Amino acid sequence: MKTQAMSERRKFILTMARAAGLAAMGGLVWSAYLDEATASSLLLRPPGAIKEEDFLATCIKCGLCVEACPYDTLVLAKPGDNKPLGTPFFIPREMPCYMCPDIPCVPVCPTGALNQASVTTDGKLDINIADMGVAVVDSKNCIAFWGIQCDACYRACPLLGQAITIEYSKNERTGKHAFMKPVVDSDFCTGCGLCEKACVTEKASIFILPREVALGRAGDYYIKGWDKEDEKRLENATSKTTTTELSKEKAVDSLNSNEDLY
Amino acid sequence: MKTLWNNYRYLILRRVTQISLLFLYFSANAWGWKILQGDLSSSLVFGVVPLSDPYAALQMLAAGALLATNLLIGAVIIATFYLIVGGRVFCSWVCPVNMITDAANYLRRKLQIDKLPSRQSVPRKMRYWVLALSLILSFIMGVTAFEFISPISMVHRGIIFGLGFGWAAMLIIFLFDLFVLKNGWCGHVCPLGGFYALVGNFSLIRVQHTEENCTLCMKCKVVCPEHQVLHMIGKESLPVLSGECTNCARCIEVCDDDALGFSLRKLAQNKKMGEKNENNN
Amino acid sequence: MSLTRRDFLKSSAAASAAAAMGMAVPSDVQAAAQSAEANWRWDKAACRFCGTGCGIMMATKDGKIVAVKGDPAAPVNRGLNCIKGYFNAKIMYGADRLTQPLLRVDAKGNFDKNGKFAPVSWKRAFDEMELNIKKALKSGGPEAVGVFASGQYTVMEGYAAQKMMKGGFRSNAFDPNARHCMASAVVGFYQTFGIDEPSGCYDDIELTDTIVSWGSNMAEMHPILWSRVTDRKLSDPERVKVISIQTYRHRTSDLADIEIIFSPNTDLALWNYIAREIVYNNPESIDWDFVKKHIVFAASPVNMGYGMRRSDEKSIKEGKYTALEMEIISKEMSKVVSAKEAPALKPYGYKEGDVMVNKNAGLAHWEISFDEYKKFLEPYTLDYVAEISKGNPDEDINEFKKKLQTLADLYIEKDRKVVSFWTMGMNQHTRGTWVNTLSYNVHFLLNKQAKPGSGAFSLTGQPSACGTAREVGTFCHRLPADMMVANPAHRKIVENKWMVPEGTINAVGTQDIMRIHRDIEDGLIKFAWVNVCNPYQDTASATHWIKAAREMDNFIVTSDGYPGISAKVSDLILPSAMIYEKWGAYGNAERRTQHWRQQVLPVGDAMSDTWQWIELSKRFTVKDVWGSYAPSGPRKDELPSVIEAAKALGYTENTTMYEILFANKVAKSYKLDQKDPVQKGYDNSEGFGDKRNVVGSDGKVFKGYGFFVQKYLFEEYAAFGRGHGHDLAPFDVYHKVRGLKWPVVDGKETQWRFNVQYDPYAAKAVKEAGTDNSHAFYGTLAKELPYGDLMGIQKKEKTGLKNKAKIFARPYMDPPEMPDTAFPVWLCTGRVLEHWHSGTMTMRVPELYRAVPEALCYMHPEDAKTYDVKQGELCWVESRRGKVKARVETRGRNRPSRGLVFVPWFDEKVFINKVCLDATCPQSGQTDYKKCAVKIYKA
Repeated sequence: MKTQAMSERRKFILTMARAAGLAAMGGLVWSAYLDEATASSLLLRPPGAIKEEDFLATCIKCGLCVEACPYDTLVLAKPGDNKPLGTPFFIPREMPCYMCPDIPCVPVCPTGALNQASVTTDGKLDINIADMGVAVVDSKNCIAFWGIQCDACYRACPLLGQAITIEYSKNERTGKHAFMKPVVDSDFCTGCGLCEKACVTEKASIFILPREVALGRAGDYYIKGWDKEDEKRLENATSKTTTTELSKEKAVDSLNSNEDLY
Repeated sequence: MKTLWNNYRYLILRRVTQISLLFLYFSANAWGWKILQGDLSSSLVFGVVPLSDPYAALQMLAAGALLATNLLIGAVIIATFYLIVGGRVFCSWVCPVNMITDAANYLRRKLQIDKLPSRQSVPRKMRYWVLALSLILSFIMGVTAFEFISPISMVHRGIIFGLGFGWAAMLIIFLFDLFVLKNGWCGHVCPLGGFYALVGNFSLIRVQHTEENCTLCMKCKVVCPEHQVLHMIGKESLPVLSGECTNCARCIEVCDDDALGFSLRKLAQNKKMGEKNENNN
Repeated sequence: MSLTRRDFLKSSAAASAAAAMGMAVPSDVQAAAQSAEANWRWDKAACRFCGTGCGIMMATKDGKIVAVKGDPAAPVNRGLNCIKGYFNAKIMYGADRLTQPLLRVDAKGNFDKNGKFAPVSWKRAFDEMELNIKKALKSGGPEAVGVFASGQYTVMEGYAAQKMMKGGFRSNAFDPNARHCMASAVVGFYQTFGIDEPSGCYDDIELTDTIVSWGSNMAEMHPILWSRVTDRKLSDPERVKVISIQTYRHRTSDLADIEIIFSPNTDLALWNYIAREIVYNNPESIDWDFVKKHIVFAASPVNMGYGMRRSDEKSIKEGKYTALEMEIISKEMSKVVSAKEAPALKPYGYKEGDVMVNKNAGLAHWEISFDEYKKFLEPYTLDYVAEISKGNPDEDINEFKKKLQTLADLYIEKDRKVVSFWTMGMNQHTRGTWVNTLSYNVHFLLNKQAKPGSGAFSLTGQPSACGTAREVGTFCHRLPADMMVANPAHRKIVENKWMVPEGTINAVGTQDIMRIHRDIEDGLIKFAWVNVCNPYQDTASATHWIKAAREMDNFIVTSDGYPGISAKVSDLILPSAMIYEKWGAYGNAERRTQHWRQQVLPVGDAMSDTWQWIELSKRFTVKDVWGSYAPSGPRKDELPSVIEAAKALGYTENTTMYEILFANKVAKSYKLDQKDPVQKGYDNSEGFGDKRNVVGSDGKVFKGYGFFVQKYLFEEYAAFGRGHGHDLAPFDVYHKVRGLKWPVVDGKETQWRFNVQYDPYAAKAVKEAGTDNSHAFYGTLAKELPYGDLMGIQKKEKTGLKNKAKIFARPYMDPPEMPDTAFPVWLCTGRVLEHWHSGTMTMRVPELYRAVPEALCYMHPEDAKTYDVKQGELCWVESRRGKVKARVETRGRNRPSRGLVFVPWFDEKVFINKVCLDATCPQSGQTDYKKCAVKIYKA
């Protein structure tokens, strides 16, 4: 009887252990896949999309934004796209965001993965403050930097004169022409990608990258003295202990170490 | 003709339901019809009523996402609905994968693959492990873990929004169910099925067995994709109380003896009896 | 020989640097450069597109053009290009290039007007053309044979077509699309200077202090010139001022110090306002010495209509125009003077509400006194002009007045050099000739014309509107080198040169391009041939002309590289060689003539338009075309037979036009010679035939004419202008240089015409006259005038005004159609940088297509709200004539003020010319595409 009982218990434990082992193994494979599948950081999301890591948790992959888009700009990632499966994105070179003033893709989002508040100014939808990404110019291959009179991107820009401006400079080689170079202002650029679509070089020389990828960050410990707006950054400023290779030891330790001094 | 209808009426209704839902979803994306927009993860009915997958919502919760009101309302509507009609009604009446696995199962019977000696014994409980794992992984990874690998979504979204390599998911499930494991995906692995099975434990509409009429022909057990739920056949007049029953009603159709039919759960009493007698495979 | 990579780099850099500086390259370096590049061949050419005339180099590899580069040695662009020019290498190889003749046939293969297009041989194509031309000549004489010609013809093509039409068929129903583009500028030049084409050149840009752009989006339409303007502005931002005067905001305003948005047509008032400021408020600024020596004042009738159909025309009588259309067309007969124009018309005796009866006034004008001119200017006070011309309803009137004052001050400022540029805004205008002449008024009064850095300068739209359409004279009324069909002496000169009997050329040359369309609709013209243009897309009131072509008994032929709307409307389509598939020459807006060689063989069985004309000429003999013709259409007299006279010249009744006009003794003296450095190594499909072995018009493989036909045509044409102020250099010289600005005298080009210091013809004229004048406006047209006042001629006897130019009194008047309650919005049409004209070439370059795939309807966001249309959604643009659907754009490159929409016309899917009105300047015949009234509503 006892051995019988032992064996039952033993069987149970072993079964549980086997299941747990299988689960752990499955879980590892699964999580490795998830890590890989959601790692794609070069993805452009619809207007109003929240931060990518939150977006991946929040987007329910229902495609309502895709259905709302009148231009077929948005698509859901399919198996084979190598993008987080089922999540909406767009490829500007193929179909940019045409920046509808009524932003139909955002209010339909059931989960808030597309956050209406982030594209609203004074209670009204405002596509001009969307930040899907930011345009970056490859000045080696952009033919305007060669002196060609192009600026197709500039003329395609819905926020022309703000998001893309033209920088004029003299063409010393010809002596009588001017360069007219497109310059992107990331404060205004929404990342709609109309410029990338319009670019006439074989592979676009102006293209949209997610802001996180394209933009640097100056740090909040220096504020522009000539720009009142810049004060805003102070809100995030904190003081932290700093360490460098030289300062990593306690002062007293380094003071007491005399090696190599003479 | 009459018998044909009699023998397949639920199957036909199920197919009609599955296909019309798919069609409505498809037409929303293709032609902008506003009857049923979105997909099974989340939808809008007539552009107003939100519907959401409660399991997906659960994963979101685990992943640390804030749940929007519309999503919550949608999830509650869906959960309530299945609480009434039977949790796994989703599986047999709505889920597009059901058509694939039914086809595999049908072919399996025709080819008599079941007659081959089989070594595996995969517990049907596995789906609950997968379910639990999906929530744990959602929590750890901060993403909705099953939603990123769900072949159901791949197939369903694929039909609405474009398939990509989604056909491979369809094929794998089909082959898996055909050659590897009988009722493999729906009956063993699918955590969504597992989730709805848990919901189904409380639902109202149930299949009722009338032991007096039973001739023990066992046709019901042959067609049932979750035959463990029919443990009472020929033994006791009991309702099928297990949540794993998908209310597909194939057993009712194949029963020539009027020993099976739909009924409402007699809540308190039956539940107890069901629990007592339930065993599993 | 082995070349290291370093040697290679060194030698090719040296070669291009040397070329850029015009230096002779040491031959060993040159040889090295050539062998290093043996896999491909670079040769110079001109850009296919606009009138700027950029020089380019084409790279050919395995018989195909593979690449292009800006020619660093070209003075206009110094190696740069705009994005149309950037894609010159890609325009010829579109997937739907036409490669064989196509005829509408029935199931049995017989011609059927309602049949489907099917491939036919060149022989069959010419059979059908011959048959239908003969039918047309029989039914309506030479006036029944029409040709839609082009400002994109090469010089040689235009000249070949001109010879066959006017010398062969005796038809003047031959008019180019340049009529739509430059005609007002031309008549402006004729009336003011007595000779066509600008006095200045692009070098003015680098020399001036002020650039004023009037109705010209230079930033998009002349990008290379605009980059020169920009450079000028950068070089002295304080001193150099740029002013943009437009009816809507566009990219040219980006650089501008002042932007003036004016109400359509009030540019007339703006010019007169500046003149009034000079005459009334700054009389000391008038250079009286210059004016007295060089200028006379002149006036012309104001009740001249709007170039629309008159009530006695056949199609009007037959009711082919709807009641809605007639609301506007009826103004051709008479109109009511509006409150807006009444003050300007007061000196002419009109007041508000008067009925003005319109009459065909032709080009008549007469001399008036300065006092009379001053009286004419009186109404153009700042208050009046500001009130009628403020184009942005949201702009403050005082701000606007300030801008006008500043504008006038800049013109007037002593020692400030000013260049006024304009393009289609001032040319496509129902008073286009007027407003062109008004521009010179201001420059003349201030002595700021025909001087380095100063002058009013008409920018050309097309690559050879100057070089071919105008200089060769492919207009109904013109002959080469500014000679006129109506002038018997000019006809005689041409007839003698062409070796055709005197009296061959038809003296009535009034069938301009709108007239050709209207004559087809009236049933007069039975045969029409489209050459290097797209008249069924580019003409206003398009539905009428398409209907006439498709539904009436006529035969329409289109020669083209690609299937555009004109091809679609035709009965026969001929595949044409495109620009670099033939020898050619273009002349740009600054009188620069540029030549290129045939770079590659044409695609498929395509052949050049020159070849097509010459082959057609083989089908017609003396007796076929030179007999007598009864009065027809505009010609009220019989056109006598010249067959007997032809016999006297040694021809027989059966001598073909080919033998007379093209393969004559002189022509054959131009030898094909593969040792000639100009020809060496280059194909000449017309001269030799080519390895494609195209089966020609006689059903046999075409083996070439055996002489250098392009050189012959060019030299024969050039001879007309040499010694007459139009001197072109010899053919061979153009193959060594990067173009030359005519007149080329003693091998030297001319930068500023009429200026004694720069123009040898002016120097000669002044010397002959024995004066010490600074200028001589030596043009000879309309240089004898009667005398009168604003109301008309008082003294009929004419006085000569040798070497003088004219200042014209020409008032502000309303255009025939203006916004009202039913059609409340102005429609302006135009172009975009990315596409060329009707898009047949550029819409086939994938990059350009992707950049701008469709024409948008640009409008003010408030207007979009008013008309309940949304950004990005489709709207209807509807006029009294028709409607099109276009996508609403309230952002982006063009920003109209409230009350005006802009729709470009390059997109055949947004067929805006169905909406436009075919009103023209009655003097120039140029259509006003810039204004009509439309309504906008949701589609």
